[in-house]
Amino acid sequence: MARIELEGISHTYNPPSVPEAQREYAVSNMDISWPDGSANALLGPSGCGKTTILNIISGLLQPTAGRVLVDGKDVTPMAPRERKIAQVFQFPVVYDSMNVFDNLAFPLRNQKVPEKEIGKKVRETAEILGLEDLLKARITSLNAADKQKISLGRSIVREDTAAVLLDEPLTVIDPKFKGGLRRKLREVQNRLKKTMIYVTHDQHEALTFADDVTIIQDGHLIQQGTPHELHSQPASPFIGYFIGSPGMNLLDCALQDNTLQFSDFHLPVSQELKNKLGSYGFGFKFGIRPEVVDVSTREQDGAVAFTVSVIEYTGAYRVLTCDRESSRIKARVSESISVTEGDRVWVSFPEEKVNLFFNEKRII
Amino acid sequence: MKNRGWLFVIPALAVLAISAFIPLMTVINYSLHYIFAGSTPTFVGFENYVEVLRDSVFLQALVRQLVFSLGILAVEVPLGICIALCLPKRGPGVAVCLVLLGIPLLIPFNVVGIIARVLTQSAVGVIPEFFALFNYSFNVSKDPVDAFMTIFLLDVWHWTPLVALLCYAGLQAIPDAYYQAARIDGASAWKTFRYVTLPKLRSVLIIGVLLRFMDSFKIYAEPLLLTGGGPGDATTFLSLHVARKAESYQLGYAGASSFIYLFIVIVFSYIFFQLMTHIGKGETK
Repeated sequence: MARIELEGISHTYNPPSVPEAQREYAVSNMDISWPDGSANALLGPSGCGKTTILNIISGLLQPTAGRVLVDGKDVTPMAPRERKIAQVFQFPVVYDSMNVFDNLAFPLRNQKVPEKEIGKKVRETAEILGLEDLLKARITSLNAADKQKISLGRSIVREDTAAVLLDEPLTVIDPKFKGGLRRKLREVQNRLKKTMIYVTHDQHEALTFADDVTIIQDGHLIQQGTPHELHSQPASPFIGYFIGSPGMNLLDCALQDNTLQFSDFHLPVSQELKNKLGSYGFGFKFGIRPEVVDVSTREQDGAVAFTVSVIEYTGAYRVLTCDRESSRIKARVSESISVTEGDRVWVSFPEEKVNLFFNEKRII
Repeated sequence: MKNRGWLFVIPALAVLAISAFIPLMTVINYSLHYIFAGSTPTFVGFENYVEVLRDSVFLQALVRQLVFSLGILAVEVPLGICIALCLPKRGPGVAVCLVLLGIPLLIPFNVVGIIARVLTQSAVGVIPEFFALFNYSFNVSKDPVDAFMTIFLLDVWHWTPLVALLCYAGLQAIPDAYYQAARIDGASAWKTFRYVTLPKLRSVLIIGVLLRFMDSFKIYAEPLLLTGGGPGDATTFLSLHVARKAESYQLGYAGASSFIYLFIVIVFSYIFFQLMTHIGKGETK
């Protein structure tokens, strides 16, 4: 178990012959620190550089610049094996010609651990993963979820494993087993307190697994924080939209006198807010979560009239898409309000729940 | 029949009947009769089979054939895997290597036999000249070992590329993650080969071994053109022996020996297939 740090990591897949100015960086100048024993996630859309970062941490890839530190020790020049960082891949990687026991024992046998101790460690690991009854089973007889558990098992069977990297480990798992495996991953992390880094593009997986989520976009670190922080205080409009289902409503607006002027309506602002915004400039991005948008069927002071164009039923709640001439707001509402498509509704935005972004950065 | 798919198989079955089933039945029919040109065939039951199995020339040809075919597999399969592992995985070299490997496969059997005869001809061939440098008199028409080894190496040269190409295709299909996992698990190069590469090549190796076994078992043109099966019987493989009998109108004997020949090929192929399908599947210990 160990603390993992990235210091100024940059990576380009262009060969060194490409001039510096024309190089395309998959990851640029990234500093991240993951404390010992933490459950972390790297979250970002496909192609944002997540897997590159993972391969740099595990040592399968040498970064173009920067250092990887394990417990403060520079491991950048070391081979994957010496770093003691294990990895679970997208599809389950198991050794077909061995049974479950031999698969789990493989990393220990490579370390020349005495057979007696191997038996003990393997049984312990199998117990943690719930594979005790399958130790003698053929690999080919298992389902993908059990194979993925073995893949994880090979990384935790070694006591000296500094960290476990999980590269979208649920992608190819049958939906039937996904939930169980996700809980198992979380449970193993809780129990062993090994530093784990879970890479995914699925916000649900990231937010349920990790205590600390790092969001990556186009090779840059955008925000690192707890799932709650990311949800309530997104650092940029992108995160606001990316986290949450449906994503945050984002509208362009301008500060004019005592109001925020939108393309086809305006909202009053308090003196305090006006003073704060005034120090930045005029043009802002207004963000509000669909969960806190207030929808009423009766006309209200300060509320803006919208027309309900689409109602999506999800079971526990409904998502209304409300339109004006050129503005669109999504609102998550409970069953207690009765509306049908085409109805006129009055929408208000509680000022204390509003996020305002200036130059793609959150200011309020 | 519920499955209409069978309708589509009928043309293929018809072709198979003409090309395989009818000749096979004819051979079985021959094998049960005493036939001599011009006379009426007489039914003799399994007498021809008994004669074949008691014939020391047939048994010697069979042993020679087995030594040859098993030897071919022992050399061509490991060599093919090694070549496949050495080939570049990507880049312009790939096309060059594949073409070079493909060239021997494009040369017909009889041409290979004639090339071998030219190269090994005493007094003019390159190979006897080469051995003469070491004071060894290489002569395929006099020395049985020379003749056998010439056919053997000829086959290795001709067909190892096939095994290599099959393995190369198999290697390309192994995802990188397996090798990355092996590196993370601290596996040595040998263990990576033994537990990642080899199991993943299983299916192409089964095809390779079966193809090479069956093909080498029916080797005919090369020994016929090199020495006509000689010197003595040194390169008289099963097919040559059977053909000689048929050419001398001993059709009953030829039919019985062909059938035994076919039976041996099937039995060995089945054994190889079963062994390779089930070996090392991580059975319980």
